[in-house]
Amino acid sequence: MWVDLFRFTSAEIVALLLSIKVAFWCTLAITVPGILMAWLLARKSFFGKSLINALVYMPLVLPPVVPGFLLLLLLGNHGLIGKYLYAHWGISIAFTWFGAAIASAVMAFPLMVSAAKLAIIQVDADLEVAAQSLGAHPIRAFFTVTLPLAAPGILTGLILSFSRSLGEFGATMAFVGNIEGETRTLPLAIFTYIQTPGSDVPAIRLVILSLVIALCALVGSQWLERKALAKQGRDLK
Amino acid sequence: MPMIEIRAKLHRQHFDLDVNLNMKARVTALFGPSGAGKSTLLSIIAGLIKPDTGRLVINNECLFDSQAGINIPIHQRRIGLIFQENRLFPHYSVQDNLTYGFNLLEKEQRQFSVKQIVTLLEIGDLLEQRPHQLSGGEKQRVVIGRALLSSPRLLLLDEPLASLDTKLKAQILPFLKKITEEIQIPMIYVSHSVEEIQQMTAHIVAMENGVCRLPI
Repeated sequence: MWVDLFRFTSAEIVALLLSIKVAFWCTLAITVPGILMAWLLARKSFFGKSLINALVYMPLVLPPVVPGFLLLLLLGNHGLIGKYLYAHWGISIAFTWFGAAIASAVMAFPLMVSAAKLAIIQVDADLEVAAQSLGAHPIRAFFTVTLPLAAPGILTGLILSFSRSLGEFGATMAFVGNIEGETRTLPLAIFTYIQTPGSDVPAIRLVILSLVIALCALVGSQWLERKALAKQGRDLK
Repeated sequence: MPMIEIRAKLHRQHFDLDVNLNMKARVTALFGPSGAGKSTLLSIIAGLIKPDTGRLVINNECLFDSQAGINIPIHQRRIGLIFQENRLFPHYSVQDNLTYGFNLLEKEQRQFSVKQIVTLLEIGDLLEQRPHQLSGGEKQRVVIGRALLSSPRLLLLDEPLASLDTKLKAQILPFLKKITEEIQIPMIYVSHSVEEIQQMTAHIVAMENGVCRLPI
């Protein structure tokens, strides 16, 4: 019985690796747009800013199944955009791991933006002015001053996004379904076991695995943040 | 001899600025009570605030002209800024702070060598340190060095000693005087301390309620 808690089946390992693959691509995809959006919201004022702000944070407050369903209406094989992708290039996004990454990206985007936005707001804008007065183009000032100083917070956003993606369930289920080997990530595999009578032990096995991953991500992010702050001569209290 | 021409009009809800100045001295002091518009004027010169109308010419180079539609951005104005709160980059060493602007210049644009400035300001022992390890006076010397190494056309000093105590002020002032004597960069020095200004220059412009009254 106890040994069973560590005896992973090949399908479970596939689910774990798939989760990591989806989370990796999701995080990679939102890095640049997330930082850009965070910078816009932190530093610029423009018409329609509060609407954009609300749209970005929407997935945080909606039931995850809603963005998932909207994605299906948009990118499904019969969806608004998806039908053209399918008809012209034979690209199918729904019910693929790629779709799972998109669903995760939509759900993780607000976490990434809010962490990065907070980090950028905390960078003294006067330092950017100082860089520009020394001859740096605003873009150079961003990359040499704003970005490195905001890096610890941005890193936190990335780890949060990665973790959020590992745990994504509702939007993924609605958009890409629960297909073994393609879209069945860890949470969906756990759900499948829970639905199957007599599968408590494998379910607990995956739950423990999830707990370990989550703990590692959170401890790791704190460690990285501390290290990054120490490099700037600041302390995490 | 430097030649700085500043004309600027700016209208804000509770504040009007109307300045028409020609400065020929190497160091010109801007003197006046707080709220007189001294810092606003410096921001206009640096390019941080755009006046409603005006013109700014430094040594025959036009940096702003509302009629001609000229408005050179901050990073191309080459105007050094030194403020009362130091704005050193916390993630760079003193050395990297000093050379930030210096490295962006073409070789022939560089007026000083790093060694020259380091010697002048006596900061040779600090190069490996990070800004948070420095004392207030050391920080301000590095800020001054960083601005000088960017070879500015003009140096703006906005209450550069205000955040330092009397003892530190007495330590930094000689450096500032040394700079005015040894270095050919025109300066505008803002302060509300008469003694400080008297030590720096005899050319004083008094400012009150957004208007300059010429040399007193």
